[in-house]
Amino acid sequence: MPRTLRYALRRLLVGGAMLLGLSVLVFLLLRAAPGDPVDAYVNPSVAMSPADLTALRVRFGLDRPLPVQYLAWLAAAVTGDLGYSLQGTGDPVLPLVFSRLGPTVLLMGAGIALAIILGIAGGVAGAVRRNGAVDIGLSVIAFLGISSPAFLTALVGLYAFSVRLRIAPSGGMLTPGAPFAFGDLLAHLVLPALLLSIGHTALIMRYTRASMLEVLSADFVRTARSKGVPEFVVVARHALRNALLPVVTLIGSTIGIAIGGAVFIESVFNWPGMGLLMVTAVRARDYPVIMGAALIIGAFVIVLNLLTDLAYAVVDPRIKVG
Amino acid sequence: MASSHGPTRRALGRFARNGAALAGIGVIVPMLLLVATYPFWLQDGPNSVDLMARNAAPTMRHWLGTDGVGRDVLARLLQGGRTSLLVATLSVSLSLVIGFLIGAVATFGGRWADTTSMRFVDLAMTLPPVILLLVLASIIGTGIGPTVWVIALLSWPVLARMVRARLLEVREQDFVVAARGMGAGTLHLLFRHGLPNSIDILVVYATLQIANAILLEAGLSFLGLGIPPPAASWGNMMNAAQSTVVLEHYVWQWMSPGAALVLAVLAINFIGDGLRDAFDPRSGLS
Repeated sequence: MPRTLRYALRRLLVGGAMLLGLSVLVFLLLRAAPGDPVDAYVNPSVAMSPADLTALRVRFGLDRPLPVQYLAWLAAAVTGDLGYSLQGTGDPVLPLVFSRLGPTVLLMGAGIALAIILGIAGGVAGAVRRNGAVDIGLSVIAFLGISSPAFLTALVGLYAFSVRLRIAPSGGMLTPGAPFAFGDLLAHLVLPALLLSIGHTALIMRYTRASMLEVLSADFVRTARSKGVPEFVVVARHALRNALLPVVTLIGSTIGIAIGGAVFIESVFNWPGMGLLMVTAVRARDYPVIMGAALIIGAFVIVLNLLTDLAYAVVDPRIKVG
Repeated sequence: MASSHGPTRRALGRFARNGAALAGIGVIVPMLLLVATYPFWLQDGPNSVDLMARNAAPTMRHWLGTDGVGRDVLARLLQGGRTSLLVATLSVSLSLVIGFLIGAVATFGGRWADTTSMRFVDLAMTLPPVILLLVLASIIGTGIGPTVWVIALLSWPVLARMVRARLLEVREQDFVVAARGMGAGTLHLLFRHGLPNSIDILVVYATLQIANAILLEAGLSFLGLGIPPPAASWGNMMNAAQSTVVLEHYVWQWMSPGAALVLAVLAINFIGDGLRDAFDPRSGLS
């Protein structure tokens, strides 16, 4: 256990360094942008003298050297102050981003859960009946799922299920004006989560299938069969548990792709999450919000990858840690 | 029988026996021809307006119908193909140059350059690609040139890492050590030995990355952050479907660019996979 602990501490340190690096990167990128917050902040219809603009820049600290600006920003950031949105009523960034975190986590959680269930079931079904009709059908669907971009999948899904079949709401998270009801939320969630999961399902299915085929031809599976263990128990207990190990890392390493998909799904379905927030912020050149959202999403990914690594070390006792 | 030929010839032979890759070529070559020649055989230009036929369904006059201001969807589709392929080719060329040079600096520039550039690559890869894409787009802006830069700046880190791994390997080969012993300079080593021995990864990367760049451009334009109208691009044509009226009643306006996009990307990916398997026979076995 101390060895696993040492591994965990080292991964934590690396994660912390990556977070710091991430903040530097995002800060530099946004300071490299043409124009600065002052340009976005002032009302273009009000005439302002260059002296006034300079005074404003000094007030915002934009005249100081970059490292100083960065440290000031970082010091504020660790206390939860990521600045103020340049749009609308100028809300503080952190609460704004956090208010969008819940819907995104809900959408992605549901999507990834669906992908895990459908992907593993499909992969096992394909491996057990190798090259059968089910296997080939699933492979074709997986292939299409991997190759079509998220926004096209979203549009086609929206068109088929909301416009033509009319069995799903066409967007949003809750019916506007109606009191909160869990069923209402679920009805709005199913279609975007399913569409978000397609690419992931396909990927998990491919990996599970390949991994299952490998394990099913292993010696211990033959031994189990020859002992007279029922086929279902062979597949579910002996084979699947061993086949799932590589799939666990896959799930962690593709979170980043799922976030990318969520940006498009949220835009198409008007889902009030981080993706939609970011797209709106980019359109408005609302740099504090872009910076805050990117930082929090990046941190989220780093922490999730850390957790996957640790989970993998726990699940597979053979893994060499350190 | 093929063993009497060189490795490149054998790789091409393997490629020629790959059915999926040949199907990819069979799709992409006609597409390129149509896109390149359309002004000669299509009556309408991508921005000519037919006021008598706005939001018209496909007819003999407009094979894929027209959009909300009466522009021919087929003409815009073909012009959009030009835009997509242009943006993809330019951005991939740029990222090839950046990726190869950074990989070279990491290999031949000493330990400090290696650590700095590779840590930077790590850093650039911590953010999910689409998020970095949005951040870059917010800084660089919209339009053809900026979109090319956004995609290039997003894509080079992966290549830089692959090039570095390959060059580190090549650097230790006897013939390179010999060349160095005879007094060859870094540039000679890089371009006479490093580059020719990295050609396979560059070709495979370039092919697969073109498909990826087409998707990135379409994604950006779909969100309204890539190629702005009135220029045509597959992504900004699909952007029209953000309006429920278009989504519901004028399907030809968004389904045709969607289909073209998937077809092109699939075909190019098949070709790229075929090239990868052809250059590295081991990869096909896994």
